[in-house]
Order: sequence, then C-alpha cells, then structure tokens
Amino acid sequence: MTERSSTDADLEDGVLISRLEQTWRTPKGFWGALSTVDHKTIGRRYIITAFVFLALGGILAALMRLQLAQPEARIIGPDRYNQIFTMHGTNMMFLFAVPVMEAMGVYLVPLMLGTRNIAFPRLNAFSYWMFLAGGTLLWTAFALDMGPDVGWFAYVPLSGPQYGAGKRADIWAQMITFTEVSALAVSVEIIVTVFKQRAPGMSLDRIPLFVWSLLVTSFLVVVAMPSIMIASTCLILDRLIGTHFFNPAEGGDVLLWQHLFWFFGHPEVYIIFLPAVGMVSTIVATFARRPVFGYLALVMAMIATGILAFGLWVHHMFVTGLPRLGESFFTASSMAIAVPAGIQIFCWLATLWDGRLSFKTPLLFVIGFIVTFVVGGMTGVMVASVPIDTQVHDTYFVVAHFHYVLVGGAVFPLLGAIYYWFPKMTGRMMSERLGRWAFWLIFIGFNLTFFPMHILGLQGMPRRVYTYQPEMHWHGLNLFVSVSSLVLMGGFLLFFIDVIRSARNGLPSGPNPWAAPTLEWATSSPPPTYNFALLPVVRDSNPLWEESESLTVGGGLSVDRREFIVSSVVEARPEARETSPRDSIWPFWTAIASSVMLIWSIFSPWAVVWGSIPIALALIGWFWPKGSPEEES
Amino acid sequence: MKNQISRGLLCAALVSVVAGCTGWQSAMDAHGAPAIQLYQLTMLITIVCTIVWILVVATMVRAIWRRRERRDDPLLRDPMMERRMGLAVLAAVVATAIIISGFTAASFFTTRAIRLATSDVLSIRVRGLQWWWEVTYVDAAPGKTFVTANEIHIPVGRNVRLELESADVIHSFWVPSLAGKQDLIPGRHNDLTIRAERPGVYRGQCAEFCGLQHAHMSVFIVAEDSADFEKWIVGQSGQAFSSTESEAAAGKQLFLSKPCASCHAVRGTSAVGATGPDLTHVASRRTIAAGLFETTRGTLAAWIADPQTLKPGNNMPMVPLSGDDLRAISAYMASLR
Repeated sequence: MTERSSTDADLEDGVLISRLEQTWRTPKGFWGALSTVDHKTIGRRYIITAFVFLALGGILAALMRLQLAQPEARIIGPDRYNQIFTMHGTNMMFLFAVPVMEAMGVYLVPLMLGTRNIAFPRLNAFSYWMFLAGGTLLWTAFALDMGPDVGWFAYVPLSGPQYGAGKRADIWAQMITFTEVSALAVSVEIIVTVFKQRAPGMSLDRIPLFVWSLLVTSFLVVVAMPSIMIASTCLILDRLIGTHFFNPAEGGDVLLWQHLFWFFGHPEVYIIFLPAVGMVSTIVATFARRPVFGYLALVMAMIATGILAFGLWVHHMFVTGLPRLGESFFTASSMAIAVPAGIQIFCWLATLWDGRLSFKTPLLFVIGFIVTFVVGGMTGVMVASVPIDTQVHDTYFVVAHFHYVLVGGAVFPLLGAIYYWFPKMTGRMMSERLGRWAFWLIFIGFNLTFFPMHILGLQGMPRRVYTYQPEMHWHGLNLFVSVSSLVLMGGFLLFFIDVIRSARNGLPSGPNPWAAPTLEWATSSPPPTYNFALLPVVRDSNPLWEESESLTVGGGLSVDRREFIVSSVVEARPEARETSPRDSIWPFWTAIASSVMLIWSIFSPWAVVWGSIPIALALIGWFWPKGSPEEES
Repeated sequence: MKNQISRGLLCAALVSVVAGCTGWQSAMDAHGAPAIQLYQLTMLITIVCTIVWILVVATMVRAIWRRRERRDDPLLRDPMMERRMGLAVLAAVVATAIIISGFTAASFFTTRAIRLATSDVLSIRVRGLQWWWEVTYVDAAPGKTFVTANEIHIPVGRNVRLELESADVIHSFWVPSLAGKQDLIPGRHNDLTIRAERPGVYRGQCAEFCGLQHAHMSVFIVAEDSADFEKWIVGQSGQAFSSTESEAAAGKQLFLSKPCASCHAVRGTSAVGATGPDLTHVASRRTIAAGLFETTRGTLAAWIADPQTLKPGNNMPMVPLSGDDLRAISAYMASLR
C-alpha cells in the first residue's frame, strides 16, 4: 500500500475489495441507516414495508369475510365496513402492489445490468421515505377512525365536499400524492439506469426480460401518474378551498373525475402486471434451463401492452351513459390486449415444452400463475364486452375478475420471485418443503375463495355491500368463500413464517444456487455494497450460461471514488466514467419536510405557503457542495 | 392433481351457472328481452373461454409431463424444434385474434339487438337518493301525475323508458332479470328502456357504491298485465285514503303535527315534504325502507320507532314518540292503501 493506485485494474483482489469496501460502505448506526443510498438496502426496506402492508391488507380482507359470512351480520357496522374495503383496495393498490414491484426493480435492476448503484440514489432514498410516510398517514388515520370510506376510486360527489364528511377523503387524496411522488421518482431512476448504466456489451436485445418489464412499467408510471395527480389535487381543491371542478351545479363535471382516474387506473393494472411478466420470464428460463422462447416477441408484447393500456380506460365506464359507438371502440381495444397477453402465455408454454424442468417452488408459482391468470384474462374479455359488462359491472363478478388478474397474475409470480431471489438478497435459501405447502394452500385457497364470487356476481350480488338480506340466496356461497379464505390466509401465514425462519436459519446459498444465467448471480449473495468488484462485460443475453467458466470483466474504474460506467443507449458501448453520490441525510429531512407540508395541507391551504420553507431549506442542504471526491471529479 | 382440481371446480361452477342459479335478482334468471340476450351472450363467451382455458392448461400439463432427452448445455437448441414451436405460437396467436374478433362482433350485434324501440313507450322518472328510489309517473292531464317510491309498476310486454336522475351521489339502477344496469349521475340524464316478457316481481338494487346504506337500496319492478296496471295507476293517482277508524284518524293528526310532515308528503293533506318518500299510498307498497322489510303495521311501527338501528346512517331521524302515539301513527300509515 505504499503507492495508492486509484484504479481497479492494477490492484490485487484483496486490496481491491478492501478499498472498494472503504469507498462504498454505509456508516454504521442510526444516522448511517437514515442516510444510506445503497439501492440494495433501500430496495430491501421497500420490499419488507410493502409486505407489511400486504399483511395488514390481508387482515382487512379477513374482517370483510367475517362480516359477509352470514346475511345481515352485525359484526362490523356500515361506517367501519366502508372504511375497511376502501383501505383494503387503496392499501393493496398504492401501498403494496405498485411499490413492491418497483422495489424489486430497485433491488434487482442495477445488479442485473452489472452496475454499482441505481441512478439518482439520493432520490431513491427520498422516494422510500415518502412512501413510508404516505402509508403511515393512511394507517394512522384508519386507526383514529378517520380512514377514507369512499372506495379506492373515490368517485365524486360521494368523495366531494358535500357528501364526504370530515377529513377522510382528503387523507385518501393526499396519500395518493405521497405514493405518486415515490413511484415517479423510482420510475425516473429505473429509466435512466436502464438506458445509461448497462454493462458494456449489453445491447438492447441482451437486456434481461425482467429489466425490460421494469422499463416499460416505468414509462407507464411516468405517463399515467400525472393524471391521478391532477385528479386528486382537483379533489383536494374542491374540498379545501371550494373550487368546483367536479360540481355540476357550478359548471363542473362528475364524469371528469372518472375519466381522469381511469386514465391512470387502467394502466395501473399493467404497472402491476408487467413486472410479473418479467418475473415469470426469468423464472421459466432458469427452471426450464433454456433461454425463454421468443425473447423479441415477449419484449414487443410488453411494449404493445403498455401502449394499449392507455386506450381502454372507458371500459370502467360502460354504464355511465356514454355514446354507444365510442363504447364499441373501447370494447375492441380492451379485447385487443388479449393478443399480447396470449403471446406471452404461448411463449412461456413453448419454453416449458422444450425445457428441462426442475420443479422448485418458484416454478410451481409460475405454473399456478398460468392456470389462474388465464381465467382472469377470460373474465377480462367478458367485462370488456359492453353488453356483458352492463350485467357484471360493480358486482362480485368483477371482484373475482380483478383478484384473478392481480393475485393470480401478479402476486403468484411475485411470491415465486421472492423464493427465487431470496437467496440473492439474504445469502440463504428458503425452505422447499414449506414453500410447497405455502404454494398449494395459496393456490387452492385462492381458487376456492374467488371462483365462487363469479357466480355470486351473476346472481346479482353488488360489490361494496356491507351486508345482504337473508332472502337473497347468497349466504351459502358467501359462507363457503369465507371458510375458503382461511385456507388462503393459512398459505400466506406459512409464507411469512418461511421468510422469517429462512432469513435467520436458511441454508447458505452460495452465489448462484439455481445456476441462473443473468448477471445478478455473478456476485456473492448477498452482494457487497459495490455489487461487483470488477464490472462485467457482456457478449450474450445469458452471460452466465455462455461463459460459465469465467465472466469477462472490465477495469479502469477508480476505487477511491464511487465510480461506474456510463454506456450508450442502444449498443451499451462504454462512454464515460461517472460518479455516484455518497450517503446523505438530506433526502430524509426533505421527505420529513414534504410530509409535514402535505399532511398540514389537508387542514389548511396556508400549509403550502409556510410548509414550502422547510422543504426549500432541506433541498439546499441536499444540493450544497460538500467537497467529497465524487463532487470533485 | 392441481389441474384436475381446478378444472373440476370450473366444470362444477359452470354446471351450477347453467342449471342452478335462479335467484330472483339474477342475471342468470332472465325475464326481459335485453336480459335474455345478455344471458345468451354471456353463455356463449363463457363456453368458448372454458374450452380455450382447457386447451391452454392441457398443453401446459403435456409440456410438463412430456418425455425428453437429456441436454446439458442450456444454450444448445434444436433448430427444428424452435421452428415448430414458432409456428405453434403463431397459430395460437392467430386463433386468439380470431376468437376475440368474434367476441367483439358478437358484443356489437348484441348491443344493437337489445336496443328497444323508443316509440310508443311508457316513460317513468326514477330519481336515486341516499338510499331509496323516487318514482314519478308523469301524466299530461292535470292532477294525474303522482310520485311513489321503491316500487315501479309496468305493463307486461310494453317498452318502458326509465328516465334516470340522481339527487345526490351516483347510483346505478340494476334489475338483472330484466336488463343491464345504468348509472344515475348528478348533472346528467340517462335512460334505460326495459320490457318484461312475463308478469312477476323483479328485484333490483343499487349497484354503484353510494355511501353508508348502499347495501339496503333495493327496488322492485312489478310487471302486470295491462288491466291490472291500469287499475294500479288509477289507485295511485288518487288522493290518500282517509280512514274513519279512530286510531288511524288520531295518527293522522299526530303525523301532521309532528316533524313527519316536514319531510314526507301525503296527497290530500297538508303534508307536502319532499325530502323523504311520498307516503300517500305507502301501505300499498310491498316493502318499506327500500326493500328492508315487508310492509306490515308492525314493521311500520318498528321503523318509525327506531330507523337508525334498522338502517344505520339513513336520513330519517328518530322522532321521540310515546307508545300510544307510535301505535296511532303506525295505524294511520297502515291505512294508507
């Protein structure tokens, strides 16, 4: 160590690693934990937080099934029940499904691309704190009996100033702002990371499919989220300072809300589903031990899904009295999305057909996914048809449909993905035995719980009813559904037990327990803070299969500064060395200041004025030059 | 095993859909022209989708259990196999496109077919309120227009246009045995044309979440032959029956002097409130409180005594009454046939 070399090329392994450790480490202790910008730490926090929200949302579902198990039950009153179903939907969509998918991206995308951190790492830290604050706001309000009670799509005028009592709808709308900010931030980071930080040689046609799925998803977020942001802001303005965006008596329009909401709300479904497509493609390839069939077709199908997603929001509004011709157009576009979905399913089936299958838990979840998701796709075709929709809209048929799509289509792949990537994140394997039990309980429990709801809907049971009358003939199926939901919950409980047990006592996994082909498996498990000691160079879309003996690596990066390679968008030719910022506490303070302003603004418009001052101060702190080697470069 | 279970489940469910579901508020129990066509379209798409689902799952099962030779290098591919799989995927995608085009066409033609003629229709105004339905039969002749609630009488075999409006939040009018649903939206006018093919009482209920008592907002369509319908019209358009029986007469005085009359109307008396349902012929209606109870003197008394326990959150306040007063008012209500 007499002469401090500044690049990695001329250092021995041991020295290289200790120097990188020194440069990339996060300070220990409380403040260190609050200021970290490591995408793996933040991604792990995101994932764990989202799963806590999943568990809380599941408890709400259990309460609803308890109330609905018998007619005219008086276990939960209408006021609390309305809060519960609103919380369940809002929580699952905004605090679980979207964040958990983005969180998987935050953790995995930089690793799969062979880079050292996500782009804009401080923004990433900020986005997590905003997400946490939004979720805390919503659940605190619920605990104080101030939870929103207007449904997760909060239709005006029920959520408007005249009918939405107290601050409940404001809390819903402001929680939306929190999650929008964090989702938009993560999307921007992922887009930039994918475009500019890929390993040299990873041209567009070599990007792992999971990364492709996150890229398309991120563009969807960037285009869709502003719509709900405008809508929820207009709602708050209507409620707080008496604007009349949605008040027909003053020239506003009730349906405007629905258009704005669903222009976001339908793409939202694909924001949740597309990452699952990426997960399934990844798992199928690894456990069939062959590259996924139809890489190009799958990429094109994802992009097509992303584009079509913006052309079918009106199918949520078929019974509002829009002109029939326009509705027929939206029937056609909604049906058309079955084509890319079909391409995906058929490509996976082909991969399974030709593969050498290894039936580990992740693959079981994928098989369960295909069986259930196809049912959800079929009922999706049914609700896309205007005439059928006039019967099933807003009934339990739709409840069944979107649970098949969201749980069967996204949560099953997600659970498979957790079993798949858990060893990478923790260095330990999850239990195959518990995994199989969890899979079968969840798969059987899910179908027994949700399939009968199709029938209930056709039999005339509307959704969002806190009870039903004994003469309606619905009690038998409802009781059956409630009992079946116990099986489903048992499965999830087992999954959580497995996660907690394995995190402590799971068998050590080694760097690549599944013999998988993508770059995240080229480093140790869990990966070091700097991800890769030497950044990999890629010559194939399955680098670890192509060159299982030794992975080509490139050198020449500084070890005293946090450096990574910037590469060109299409061919990933190395273009420059760039520095990644150091840890900072300021994203945390900025998130605190923003949260204070947003929550305060529920109660007074002046919050926007006075609350901006701390935000400005925190941002000054964030961007103030601190003379670190990264800034000097 | 899993596939057998879920396939069995689907078959069982399908059978019960086809054979068993005959609730009296059910899309599967169709008695109106549009509802019958919707049912047929639903069945068509369900059957085709079920076949497709079985094919997909069968292909997957076959793919899983297929025998195959060893292959160690994951990147080694058989070009013949790749080509055949490419063709198979292409064929399946083309088949998907053809099937969904068929569905789209079927939907389009069904939409056209269920549009009922709007000439020579009976028009009825339906207004949704939290949490009941106000029904107005408009007649050009002076004094013949009348208002009732939660029960719509229509003549069998005639097209009836419901003009749908909302007084507060969004509601949705849905009587599945007769037709699909249509929203009632503040600031907009929608309509829905229905026709009952057979006499009967068809239950419906609000389908768009509208607040605390969304679950208790039912509506009944009573389809009867034209003679009965005309008789009902004559009865409803008349003034309230004035009972000479002493308890009911006392109840009438109480009703008019207590807060009741400020919200409810009884034609032929000084009660002209418009906030709550018109009570002129309340005892002739099958149910009270939008389908909550059958109309009897007992349920009327129970409702008046404590509406907030029976339907929490509804807009009728509890008016303190002595036992005698309550008996008298319920006797008066029960006399309003």
